[in-house]
Amino acid sequence: MKNNTETKKLMLGNEAIARGLYEAGCRFVSSYPGTPSTEISEYAAKYDEIYAEWAPNEKVALEAALGAAVAGGRSFCAMKHVGLNVAADPLFITAYTGINAGMVITVADDPGMHSSQNEQDSRRYAAAAKLPMLEPCDSGEALSFTKTAYELSEKYDVPFLIRMTTRVAHSQSLVPVSSREEVPVRDYEKNAPKYVMMPGYARPKHKVAEDRLKALAELADNENSGLNKIISGSDEIGVIASGIAFDYAIEALGDKASYLKLGMIHPMPEKLIRKFASSVKRLIVIEELDDIYETYVKSLGIKCEGKSIFPRTGEFSHALVKKLILGEENETLSVSEQLPGRPPVLCPGCPHRGLFYTLKKLKLTVLGDIGCYTLGAVAPLSAMDTTFCMGASVSSIHGFTKIRPEAAKNTVAVIGDSTFMHSGITGLVNITYNKGISTVMILDNSITGMTGHQQNPCTGFTLKNEPVTGILPEKICEAAGISKEHIRIADPGDPAALEKVIKEELACDEPSVIIARRPCMLLKKVVKDSVCVIESDKCKNCRMCMKIGCPCICISKTTGTPVIDTTLCTGCGLCEKMCKFDAISTHKKA
Amino acid sequence: MTKNIMIVGVGGQGSLLASRIIGNAALAAGYDVKVSEVHGMAQRGGSVVTYVRYGDKVESPVICEGEADVVLSFEILEAARWISYLRKGGRLITSTQEINPMPVIAGTCEYPAKLEEKLRALGIDLTAVDAVKLAEEAGSSKAANVVLIGCLAKSCDFSKEELYDAMKACVPSKLLGINEKAFKLGHES
Repeated sequence: MKNNTETKKLMLGNEAIARGLYEAGCRFVSSYPGTPSTEISEYAAKYDEIYAEWAPNEKVALEAALGAAVAGGRSFCAMKHVGLNVAADPLFITAYTGINAGMVITVADDPGMHSSQNEQDSRRYAAAAKLPMLEPCDSGEALSFTKTAYELSEKYDVPFLIRMTTRVAHSQSLVPVSSREEVPVRDYEKNAPKYVMMPGYARPKHKVAEDRLKALAELADNENSGLNKIISGSDEIGVIASGIAFDYAIEALGDKASYLKLGMIHPMPEKLIRKFASSVKRLIVIEELDDIYETYVKSLGIKCEGKSIFPRTGEFSHALVKKLILGEENETLSVSEQLPGRPPVLCPGCPHRGLFYTLKKLKLTVLGDIGCYTLGAVAPLSAMDTTFCMGASVSSIHGFTKIRPEAAKNTVAVIGDSTFMHSGITGLVNITYNKGISTVMILDNSITGMTGHQQNPCTGFTLKNEPVTGILPEKICEAAGISKEHIRIADPGDPAALEKVIKEELACDEPSVIIARRPCMLLKKVVKDSVCVIESDKCKNCRMCMKIGCPCICISKTTGTPVIDTTLCTGCGLCEKMCKFDAISTHKKA
Repeated sequence: MTKNIMIVGVGGQGSLLASRIIGNAALAAGYDVKVSEVHGMAQRGGSVVTYVRYGDKVESPVICEGEADVVLSFEILEAARWISYLRKGGRLITSTQEINPMPVIAGTCEYPAKLEEKLRALGIDLTAVDAVKLAEEAGSSKAANVVLIGCLAKSCDFSKEELYDAMKACVPSKLLGINEKAFKLGHES
């Protein structure tokens, strides 16, 4: 049976949430970019009716959205899983204060770590923070759950969490769309016992939070709510699953199983689970990452299988479910030899390339951070020692050099402009306030790059592309206590000059900041009208040009010497600077 | 019966556009559709995989090994890398373009030789096309993805017209001329 395509659009899960915000009368969005959540706020910003902003970090974003909700406007905040770690402080308090107008918070997990530093299971936050959590299984539910979340948020006076994972966020499926509900701004009334969380007021709010969870648990048990549902098939196998794991399960097992599909994943529906468990012969929980549902089911004294079958790591698929439950696997073809991997690398013309080559040449220890520049760790540059989390480069170099003071002469922290604004400033204050002597490098490429090019406080534009005065990192460094003569601006496109500045600042016994400033090559404003060419008669095949790991330069199969792919080359000229034989020159494109 | 088209290539080659064209063709033809994309790091020249699934009701948005009815590849090493996803009797359409990955550039391994021959030796339905050359004939090497869509249009569930219309709806109007030519050249190859 074919669908009526007039009422449905093919939409990314993230786009569908933004559409849900629009249709639910949301007025305020504040977020920080983070794969796989970024597109939600980008799509929301396209609606004139929604005010949408990039905040410097997720804690600020969530607090801004909380302020908006308390003021009486429906608000929203989105982040990736590790971003919720940053926003955890305000998150936890909202179960106590409640809100005024509805508030929805989306957290996007990344099982399989397609682009993250861990695969934490953010479902745990719901229980820890005593907040309700919904999990959609496709774009259609992403939209409808968003709208339902606002109604319920206002009814139960609590923010609702919506949990996404990469495959739901970044898959497109069909979504019915409708019009926007105009929701007026609610009145704001002073209510200190509700909002001022000092102990005298906060103690009774804990009980409010616990009682609310009981009421929400009744909602979870209500099959008419449209959130949790039992889908009947064979009673041989009963599957409990939510989100993408449900999609994989039903694709693999079809009517060979019955399903308790969870849409509200906290609180859990005790009565529904008991009812479902007693109707099937073999109960299996299919959940990626942690054994949260399995542990809950077992706590009810109900027998079930979960992690005895399925892994705790990585993402699943319907093939995995078929293999582990039915023992079925497809025959597959393969080419017999080992194939070279194809990891992501710095783009042709990237300003970070010259910088990391210089750090490697100087044999420095590099405490890195999160961004495109994390790719400085990839061979042949291989110029990074650590990457923990946002802002950790600046904080950790201080601890590192307190234990190893001699390391201050050959260790740098490397952080991007957006990451610095996110959580590097406080680390820098720690260095100056606590008498550190570290050298910090801020890689200012005028954009938040890795997440797909977003504006940030340094770029001079807002999420809605409105011009605003850009904040200069060098002014922040001065205000944070770095002396003016040790705040240096250098061009990573001129490695010789950059090297000189790095050596000078490492040698001194004061904290320094070097701002390596050159825009991202992918930005439209960067002129890309040249290419570099290797003149074969001058080339000595020394392969110095290849040490920078530029994807445009490879060894020609015919000559055995380096050659530049002019369709990829952006004419940055770094290779030209590497060549000691003047064999490389830069030319304007024809 | 759900059909599976898998698109593989190198970040920046335009596989997202190709998946949108096929997805839109499936939508216009009245099917339920799910398309799975890879964002973020993919632009940085990494291996990129996109899945398009269509049928009466599609549940999982991913394609697993041995399930792809068609693998459409923009680069031949990627075709070899993902060949296990092709089902028995499935069709591989690949550009003959070779893009060196960083381990080859860094000198730690070699780009495999004779990949087209090795793939043919597997006894699969293989169409190899110099998509970049045809795209340059059409006016831009960046249109190689549309050349491959034109090639796909020779035999798939969608008519040439359905894929062509979907392509027109997805490309910017100022680039329509080049893309129309690229589609035609792919279809005639």
